[in-house]
Amino acid sequence: MTERPTRILIQGGRIIDPAHGKDALGDLLIEDGIIREIMPPDEKEGSAVSEASNGETHHINARGMVVVPGLIDLHTHMREPGFEYKETVATATASAAAGGFTTVCCMPNTNPVNDNQSVTELILEKAKTQGIVHVLPIGAITKGSRGEELAEMGELVSAGCVAVSDDGLPVMNSEVMRRAMEYAKIFDIPVIDHCEDLNLTADGVIFEGAVSTSLGLKGIPAASETVMVARDIALAELTGGRVHLAHISTAGSVRLIREAKRRGLPITAETCPHYLVLTDERVMGFDANAKMKPPLATSQDLEEVRTGLTDGTLDAIATDHAPHASEEKNRAIDHAPFGIIGLETALSLSMSLVDGGFLTLSELIGKMTEQPARILGKKIGRLGIGDIADVTIIDPNVEWQVSESDIKSKSKNSPFLGWNMKGRARTVIVAGKVIENKWGES
Amino acid sequence: MGLKRKDILTIAEMEKEEIDLILQTAESFKEVSQRDIKKVPTLRGKTVVNLFFEPSTRTRTSFELAGKRLSADVVNISASSSSTVKGETLLDTARNIEAMQSDIMIVRHASSGVPALLARHLKSSVINAGDGLHEHPSQALLDLFTIKEKKGTVEGLKVVIVGDILHSRVAHSDIRGLLKLGAEVQLVGPPPMIPKGIEEWGVSVRYRMEEAIKGADVIILLRLQLERQGCGYFPTLREYAHLYGLNRSRLSLAEKGVLILHPGPINRGVEVTSDVADGLSSMILEQVTNGVAVRMALLFLLAGGKND
Repeated sequence: MTERPTRILIQGGRIIDPAHGKDALGDLLIEDGIIREIMPPDEKEGSAVSEASNGETHHINARGMVVVPGLIDLHTHMREPGFEYKETVATATASAAAGGFTTVCCMPNTNPVNDNQSVTELILEKAKTQGIVHVLPIGAITKGSRGEELAEMGELVSAGCVAVSDDGLPVMNSEVMRRAMEYAKIFDIPVIDHCEDLNLTADGVIFEGAVSTSLGLKGIPAASETVMVARDIALAELTGGRVHLAHISTAGSVRLIREAKRRGLPITAETCPHYLVLTDERVMGFDANAKMKPPLATSQDLEEVRTGLTDGTLDAIATDHAPHASEEKNRAIDHAPFGIIGLETALSLSMSLVDGGFLTLSELIGKMTEQPARILGKKIGRLGIGDIADVTIIDPNVEWQVSESDIKSKSKNSPFLGWNMKGRARTVIVAGKVIENKWGES
Repeated sequence: MGLKRKDILTIAEMEKEEIDLILQTAESFKEVSQRDIKKVPTLRGKTVVNLFFEPSTRTRTSFELAGKRLSADVVNISASSSSTVKGETLLDTARNIEAMQSDIMIVRHASSGVPALLARHLKSSVINAGDGLHEHPSQALLDLFTIKEKKGTVEGLKVVIVGDILHSRVAHSDIRGLLKLGAEVQLVGPPPMIPKGIEEWGVSVRYRMEEAIKGADVIILLRLQLERQGCGYFPTLREYAHLYGLNRSRLSLAEKGVLILHPGPINRGVEVTSDVADGLSSMILEQVTNGVAVRMALLFLLAGGKND
C-alpha cells in the first residue's frame, strides 16, 4: 500500500462504468478520494491535472487495462468475530482487494451472531482499523439466527447493517419469514435468503444424483433449493417486501425466478462463479474443497444458471467466500464443513464467461458493481463525478495459476487450486487509497 | 502376473483383468485353508493392520485369518469413529500406525472416502474394508468368486439384488463387479432405497419382487438395517418382509439351480425365511469360507506376490 497522494491520474485505460452506460478509452482523475474527472485519453496537457498547482499526482499507466468501479461482493463470510482461525477482517479484506473487490458485505453467522448493534459495531471498528476495503455488515433476520424471533432490525440498520439474512441457518418457518419481509419494508433493506429446505437436505453432503450415488455420499436434492425459492417468491408476492435470493445453483430455481420477475415481483438474485464453471463431477475423488452449499449440480443446471445470468434473471455475481481451515477440510468429506473461498478467483472465473460469449465484459462488470449496489440501494459501484473513488484496474490478459502460496485469505479451501486463469485485478483504489496487488515471484 | 496398484479402494477403478487375476489367485489359496496345517510362509515379516473405525466381526476376522494363514503379523485396532471425526485425528491415527512400519492397512470407516483419504497420505497399501455407503470391494470379490465357482462363469447370468441398495456398499461394489464380468443386473427394492442415477450404471430397476426374480440365476439379498424402519424408507419390517422377503414361493419363480447370496448377518424372517436361508440354494456360509481365500489373494498380490 502506498501513501495517499492528493491526486491520482489513471491514464489510457478502457473505462467501463455500467451504471452510466460507459465503455470507452479515457483518463480518470481522482482527487481527495473523490472521482473528479473522466476525460478522453491523452488530453492531459490541457486538463485539470496540469492546472493543479500543488501536491503530487500519482500517475497510473493503465494502457491495455480495464478500469472499472471497485467490485462489490454481496456475500462474504469474514468469520470475525468467533472464527478467527478461519479468517479475520484483516485477511478477508486483503483477500478482497487481491480479487478486485473494494466493498464486501459480510454475513452474520459469526460467533456471536451479528444480531445486535454491538456485534455490528465491533465488525465496523475492526474494518476501520484493520480492513483495507469497505465492509458492509449484514445483520441477522432472527435472534441468534434461530429462525424464531425477529432481531432488532432498526437497531442493526442504524448501526450500519445494509441488509438482513440468516445465511447458512435459513429461516424454515414461513410465518417468521413473512414477518421479516414485512418488517424490513420500514428500512427498505433487502431480506437475503439462503434457499434451502433443511428437511430435504437432512444429512446430505453433495448434490443428489449420479455422482452422489457413485461416491456413496448422501445427496442433497435440487428440490431443497427450489422449494424455498418458490416459497420466497410466494412470500414476496404476499408481502411486497424486497427479497434477494443468494447463491442460486439449480435450473429449477432460475426458471421460477425468471417467471416471478416477469410478473414484476420485487425479487433479485445472485449466483456464484463456481456454479457457472463447475458441476458435481468435481467432487469425484472425495475432494472436500468441492463441497459447499448449495452443492455443485449438473451440467443442465450450470447451463440454465448461465442462461439466467445472460438474460438478467440473475442480477449479480457474488462469491459466497467461505473460509475453512485445512484441518477441517481434511476430515472425512461428510464431516468436513461446507464452503469454499472465492474472493480471489471470482473475477477471473467470471471473465471466462465473457470469452465464452455469455455476456459482454460491461455486463459482467455490471453484475459485480452496479447490480449489487442497486440491490443494496447504495450509491456505490459507479464512476460518477463526485462519487467516492473506489476503482479497480484489471489486466484482462494476464495469465496466472491459482496457488496456495499466493492466496491472501487465511484459508486455502478452493476447488480451483492449480487452475490456469486469465485476467486479474492489478490495482484497487479504495476511497482514493491505492493498493497495488503483488503476488509471488512467478 | 502381479497387481499394478498400491491400494484396493473400489471395484469401480478395477479392470476386468485385475478382477480375474484376484479370483484366480484366490482359487489356489482356498486350498490352503482346507489343509490340516492352514499356513504358508508367503508374507512372513510383513505387518498387516486391521484399522476398523466401525464394529465388524466377520470382515475383520476374515482379514485377520487371511493375514495369519499367510504368516504375516496381524494387528487389530478398533478405533471409535466418534473420537476421530475430526479428520486431523483420523490422519494422525493412521500416520502413527504407519510410523510403526505397517505394510498393509485394512480400513473400515462409516464415512465414504476415508480409505481413499488415507491412501493419499500413506505409503502403506490400503485395502478398503467398507467405507460409508460407498464400496466394499473384498465382499464383491468374494461374491464373484462364489458365483464363478458354482456357475463356472459370471458372464450372461441374471443377477437380482434385493433390498436397500441406497445404503448398501456391498450392493454398490457387487453391481460394478458383476457388470464388469458381463452379468445382467437387476435391482429390486422400495423406491426410497433405490439411489438416484443408478440406472446410468447399466442396471435395470424393479419395485416388485415377483417381477424381478423371474428367471434369476443368482439372488443377492442385502441386510436390512433395522433402524431404517420408520425413517421414511419403508413403514414397517412387517410390510418389508411381506413385499420383499424371499420365501419358497417366490424362490420358485427363479431359474433352477439359483444361488442365494447374503453378505450377512441375516435377519431371519425379514430378508429371507429360515427355510430358504438354510436351504440348498443358500451360499451364505460358502461366501464366508471363500472370503478368507479372496482376502489372502488381496494381501498376497498387494505385497507384491505374482500368480504364475
